Amino acid sequence: MVFTLALRNLLHDRVRLAVTLVGILFSIVLVAVQLGLYLGSSRMITANIARSNADLIITTYGAKSFEDGGLLLGDRERHQALATPGVESVVPIVVAFAEWRKPEGGSSRVVLIGADADDQGLVPWSLTKGTIEDIKAPDAIAVDQTYLGELGIHGIGDTAQVANGRVKIRALTEGIRSFTQSPYAYTTLNRARQLLGADDDRSTFLLVKLAPGANVQEVQNDLAHRLDSADVLTKDEFESRSLKQWLFRTGAGLALIGGAILGSLVGTVIVAQTLYSSTKDHIHEFATLRALGSSRGYIYKVILAQAALSAVMGYILGMVIALLILYLSRNSSLPLVMTPGLAFWLFALTLFMCAISALSAIVKVTKIDPATVFSR
Amino acid sequence: MTAVLRAENIVKELGSGAGLVVAVKGVSLDLVPGELTLLMGPSGSGKTTLLSILGCILKPTSGSLRIADTVIDGLSAEELAKVRRDHIGFIFQSYNLFPTLNALENVRIALDVRGIKGFAATSRAEEVLREVGLGHRLTNYPRNLSGGEQQRVAVARAIASSPSVVLADEPTAALDSENGHAVMALLSRIAKEQNRSVLAVTHDPRTLGYADRVVRIEDGKIVGEERRPEGIDSPEITDLTKRRKLHA
Repeated sequence: MVFTLALRNLLHDRVRLAVTLVGILFSIVLVAVQLGLYLGSSRMITANIARSNADLIITTYGAKSFEDGGLLLGDRERHQALATPGVESVVPIVVAFAEWRKPEGGSSRVVLIGADADDQGLVPWSLTKGTIEDIKAPDAIAVDQTYLGELGIHGIGDTAQVANGRVKIRALTEGIRSFTQSPYAYTTLNRARQLLGADDDRSTFLLVKLAPGANVQEVQNDLAHRLDSADVLTKDEFESRSLKQWLFRTGAGLALIGGAILGSLVGTVIVAQTLYSSTKDHIHEFATLRALGSSRGYIYKVILAQAALSAVMGYILGMVIALLILYLSRNSSLPLVMTPGLAFWLFALTLFMCAISALSAIVKVTKIDPATVFSR
Repeated sequence: MTAVLRAENIVKELGSGAGLVVAVKGVSLDLVPGELTLLMGPSGSGKTTLLSILGCILKPTSGSLRIADTVIDGLSAEELAKVRRDHIGFIFQSYNLFPTLNALENVRIALDVRGIKGFAATSRAEEVLREVGLGHRLTNYPRNLSGGEQQRVAVARAIASSPSVVLADEPTAALDSENGHAVMALLSRIAKEQNRSVLAVTHDPRTLGYADRVVRIEDGKIVGEERRPEGIDSPEITDLTKRRKLHA
């Protein structure tokens, strides 16, 4: 009967129910979009690190993110790393911002990534056109198809000027987006060095693969001791450092999280207001329940059930709209991400938000005087 | 006969300071099973306040109250709610039905707060609604029921959990003559056939014929008590019985 009464109370005033649901829906969509962007941004920021085939990553000292390494590591560091016990291989890669001159005029910026496919250090993934072998060809480069327009090209076979040399599009990827809005452009290690005018031994990162059975922590400490001008990080450490740089030092992440908090606050206030006014309208019924001998707990259950029912209905509607927005953003340069985990936490947040909203109504019924049943 | 409800020297003060009003002034009253007692008095005489105290809704300022061997003095609000749940059924002047629930659900909710749920609650609710002559109106909402029918749903709700005491506040005030008589006959039958104590607060003279006892209250004090001699049936009950037989 608790749920029956709660549902009937909600349906009794359909306009108010609609306002409640719009409040929850608005809140859910806002939070889903903000957190979806946060998640999408996080994935973009860490995608290349996560895809790199490494147990440890050597960066220049103080490198703040994947795009911030410079070209300061050389053979000396590579050989020192190779000489460290427990290290099986050390693969150099180059990552640097470079100017991309469009074939029909104008320029843009790309993040040039130079890595040899044969080293299996970092290769582009989700290829939709062309192969890894194609990228090994002279002047070959691979970019994501999302950015074709921005790079002033149409597809495979088109050419452009990158920094000091010409390149030809030999492969296209799908879904490799860049948080910095400078598209990633994948080429071989040596071609990247040539394009950037760097020495033959220069690299941005050294991807370290450990020998079977080697202790990651011990090798990391050993490498850090030997390479005093470099940082030695696990993938997780480098990912969190990159996230910290792009999401928190720039304030972008804080803005997204702030938006999500604001969304949930707005939703909470709207639901609280409507639940309170619904409780006020039904106060004589709650007083009757109390006079009939119901415990306070029983009445709280009715109010919480109203909140929970509002939460479920609002969540379903909100998620339908959020998923629609997610679908529409799939080909944009900043796609939203929705995971089962995020969907679950959004539901938990909705329930929490509605439960908190019920507090004002609960405070109201706590003060019910059952004697009012005789004064109607 | 042992009293199921015993009130002794009940005093109730309302307000404070210069606005202090003594609404009930040392009332003592026993209710025994099988009796319909009417508490009659003019407006402002303190009868509803007394009813609220006897129903464990208001706490008396002083005096003692015992219901079915439970001493009420000093109980918390939640403990008083439990006494109401276990021993008291209420009938209100304005019926106080839930407009969003149908007749069956209005009775079921009274059972639900007492922890009687599911099939047991549904079959008991149907049973009492049939007892009050509403077996054909189970799924009707209050807005689709007449005043008399709504009050009968309220009576069914009050007796559904088989309370030892049924308290009614002006049960006929909002009803026409025929429905008023029907409701009073029903309350009288509940007292007799189900051996419950029924106390009805009223100032409606039409109800007098159904009473086993009439307690008169004025200015917060009991000023008189009349009891119908044993063996004499009320004419109204006899009339209603005749009418029912004719309908049958």
